[in-house]
Amino acid sequence: MTDRPADTTDGAGSSHDREGDEAYQAWREAYDGAKLRDVPFETMSGVPVDPVYGDGPYPGQYPFTRGVHASMYRSRLWTMRMFAGFGTAEDTNGRFKELLAAGGTGLSTAFDMPTLMGRDSDSPWALGEVGRAGVAVDTLADMEDLFADIPLDEVSTSMTINGPAATVMAMYVAVAEANGVERGKLNGTIQNDILKEYQAQKEYIYPPRPSMRIVTDMVKFTTAEMPRWNPISISGYHIREAGSTAAEELAFTLANGFAYVEAALAAGEDINDFGKRLSFFFNSHSDFFEEIGKFRAARRIWARWMKERYGATEERAMLCRFHTQTAGVSLTAQQPEINIARVATQALAAALGGTQSLHTDSFDEALALPTDKAARIALRTQQIVAHETGVTNVADPLGGAPFVEWMTDEMERQAEEIFAHLDNLGNGSILEGVYAGIENGYFVGEIADSAYRFEREVNAGNRIIVGVNDFTEGDDSNPNLLRIDGAVEEYQRKRLDTVKRDRNQAAVDDALARVTADAEDPNVNLMPSIIDAVRTYATEEEIAMAMEKVFGTYVEKAIV
Amino acid sequence: MDDGLSSGTEAAAPIRVVLTKLGLDGHDRGIKVVARILRDAGMEVVYLGLRQTTDSIVAAAVQEDADAIGLSMHNAGHMTLAPAMLKAMAEAELEIPLVVGGIIPEDDVQSLSDAGVAVVLGPGAPSEEVVNSVRAAVAAA
Amino acid sequence: MSLRTSPPEDLVARALDGDRRAVGRLLTLVERGGADAETVASLTQPHAGRAHVVGITGSPGAGKSTLVSQLVAGIVDNGTVPAVLAVDPSSPLTGGAILGDRVRMADVDGVAFIRSVATRGHAGGLALSIPGATRVLDAVGYSPVIIETVGVGQVEVDVTAAADTTVVVVTPGMGDAVQANKAGLLEVADIFVVNKADRPGASDARRDLELMLEFSHVTGQENENYRPPILMTNSLDGDGVAEVLSAIDTHRRFLDDSGERAVRTRRRIRFEIENRLAMAFDVTLAQRLAEPATEALIDRVAQGDLSVVDAAEQLRQMMLGSREN
Repeated sequence: MTDRPADTTDGAGSSHDREGDEAYQAWREAYDGAKLRDVPFETMSGVPVDPVYGDGPYPGQYPFTRGVHASMYRSRLWTMRMFAGFGTAEDTNGRFKELLAAGGTGLSTAFDMPTLMGRDSDSPWALGEVGRAGVAVDTLADMEDLFADIPLDEVSTSMTINGPAATVMAMYVAVAEANGVERGKLNGTIQNDILKEYQAQKEYIYPPRPSMRIVTDMVKFTTAEMPRWNPISISGYHIREAGSTAAEELAFTLANGFAYVEAALAAGEDINDFGKRLSFFFNSHSDFFEEIGKFRAARRIWARWMKERYGATEERAMLCRFHTQTAGVSLTAQQPEINIARVATQALAAALGGTQSLHTDSFDEALALPTDKAARIALRTQQIVAHETGVTNVADPLGGAPFVEWMTDEMERQAEEIFAHLDNLGNGSILEGVYAGIENGYFVGEIADSAYRFEREVNAGNRIIVGVNDFTEGDDSNPNLLRIDGAVEEYQRKRLDTVKRDRNQAAVDDALARVTADAEDPNVNLMPSIIDAVRTYATEEEIAMAMEKVFGTYVEKAIV
Repeated sequence: MDDGLSSGTEAAAPIRVVLTKLGLDGHDRGIKVVARILRDAGMEVVYLGLRQTTDSIVAAAVQEDADAIGLSMHNAGHMTLAPAMLKAMAEAELEIPLVVGGIIPEDDVQSLSDAGVAVVLGPGAPSEEVVNSVRAAVAAA
Repeated sequence: MSLRTSPPEDLVARALDGDRRAVGRLLTLVERGGADAETVASLTQPHAGRAHVVGITGSPGAGKSTLVSQLVAGIVDNGTVPAVLAVDPSSPLTGGAILGDRVRMADVDGVAFIRSVATRGHAGGLALSIPGATRVLDAVGYSPVIIETVGVGQVEVDVTAAADTTVVVVTPGMGDAVQANKAGLLEVADIFVVNKADRPGASDARRDLELMLEFSHVTGQENENYRPPILMTNSLDGDGVAEVLSAIDTHRRFLDDSGERAVRTRRRIRFEIENRLAMAFDVTLAQRLAEPATEALIDRVAQGDLSVVDAAEQLRQMMLGSREN
């Protein structure tokens, strides 16, 4: 960071008369107070550009349609957060260290399917899935390996897990504290968005209501003890991947957000407090302007609802800050290299939509987990958008364009229709409306309808997917694919055996009994007993089952 | 004897397919689309949903007298799970085709065929291919 | 020998021996109709008549599958092995169907025998195949046999005619009771269940049903010794399921003690005969209408030489004549 460069322009487009424009003056003040990156804010031909153009409300001003900060990417580029994890905890730890050595500060952890479902590596359900799509974590011992020699007070860690999120967060706290890092210093995000599991991703364990109790316990616990931790990342990504439209992704995600807010308010939390620590996760798909409109509408809707319906008074509690990932479902197995171009345009849409962080997909992901090379190309793709295209010089560069503003309004209009439906379904409560929509199959039904409509259009040739239903010649490539060998599964099972043999079984049994007892009492926060249980090296599945005894399991109704 | 009583309801009976996910993998966009494609081609799809075991799938196929079993796999577990399914079918003497769809790399298709999978449908298989390959596999069984 | 090519006689023998694959195959033959279905009917009839047959119907979304799965679990706990015929509609456009009822019965499908049945576009066909399928399941020893249908239309009334005890499920706040009344389900109901009884409007739904029972001459009022109970359940947590089972048992005993079972059995036989004949006549009619003689009659009506009424009467005489040959 350096002093700001001599500003040759007056900002916001010099054709405007800024006298008496209070919003502009306020924006100017905020912009002037921001630290800026040490790069020239001019075109590659040397033409200086303003930090913002068009009319207010400006970036960083309610309702934040134009961005969450006044200076946007002039101060800080989005975080290039690449999701990684495979094999054993030690393997992933190696990758983390490489990332940190290369200057990264954000770690992102993918867990394997058994871990995501609260099953241990030795469960019959885990067969063939251990360490495949992410890292396997059975006990605290795996978490110790995963974060060995990593300064947990300095990094920010993102953990993508939902059903057993409380147990995994407990393990993270236990590892940190064993290494002398207080829980209050931990910085990171746990996805913990259980509602979208019932709607799209289907990685749930318990029925919705007890699951929401766990989420609320985590919100309370982090608010009180882990102020730098984001306890929920409200995710539309999976809703879109499951086949929803852009507006459905937007509406279902924000409705889930409203539901968490209502649950936290009912638990007596202060909206200005926890509101600041909610973040979002969206998909960036291929229809360029629709996506940009969606991102802009998300910020506006969230701010309005937080302020007007839920009574937030601090602006930071109204901000829709979000992570974006390019659309995995848009990647084709045919002519896989052309996926690089898809990812590039989707990444550009995310940047123009004002994302706070971005994961770009690897071109080979329609075939297998990404190879190192494909993951590197994906990272390079967003680096090109960030450093070569010039779109980072101006905040909300498309704001004010008639089509972009119309699309933003249209996304908002469609979303509001869905909110009205849910509000009605829940007799004035979005939380109850979301429960009802889960129970009566509304969400899965709408998503399945949208997915099928899209599929029929592609099949009929009304919608062209390059390389799939048109321009198909030239599919001669056979890229090298990542193979995870079966040895991981065997290794992980042996490791779990060893941990189980060496632990104090009586302590484990006591701790698990306490988890069950706490689950039976809705007035007790579950986090302390779960943290105690992970410290005894109780397994993730044992802890999940200790709660399942009380909470039961969930089977989705067949809505096809 | 042409009294109508014999020929009353006899018609070309629809193909019955048990369609399901095996194991923990919860990606169900593809299987739901395939369910509708098969229904719209006139088949009867018995949808079992998520998180089935080989035993529960076999039990359903027996009770439903299914003409085929369709498995959707998106978790790179197909080289373990598809053979496990075939084994369970063989033990139950279920002589019907197993159709596998999802993210299956080209290199694995031959191995799965050799193991006894009747049809492997890769990502982006068009509707006609899905329908025709199920019909062909059922006809060949 | 593959089951696919086994003659019905072998399949029945194997099914009676406990081979579930043979049972599955027999149900397919029954569903397809025709000569094999008739053979199966003849071969299974001597073994049937032991199972209590329970029909469960109600509007879509009433939670029937979950309720059925809980009833089945309760029945298994009591020591018998039930079977379920879960009926779902076929697409009228393509004839295909997505049958999803097993999903909610996942925890009982290893014990009970569950078969998904598509309506295949004609209620008449179902009216034939459901009694046939029930007979197979009864013959091989499943009891009770539960027939679950979706919706509150004529199909449901037809299908429940095959049942000894009919349970009608409604949910609060959807006007279900009114719909059920319009569809004529109130006349066939032996037990009412208000499911999702934790929802607002549950007591209203109960009152609606009570009023309708008061004001209509329904089954229960035909017999002074039985009045259909109205039960409240919450199939999500299993509240009230034991009461439904007990009400089914009470109704079963009522049928036996009052002589009503014999009345219903005769009614069911009559219904099945009627359906078989209706279907046969439909086929004969279709064949007759396709003959050249019919075309000739149509020509004469078109030319004004014959009235439509006379043409139809001539055809009827020809059909009756052909039956007498």
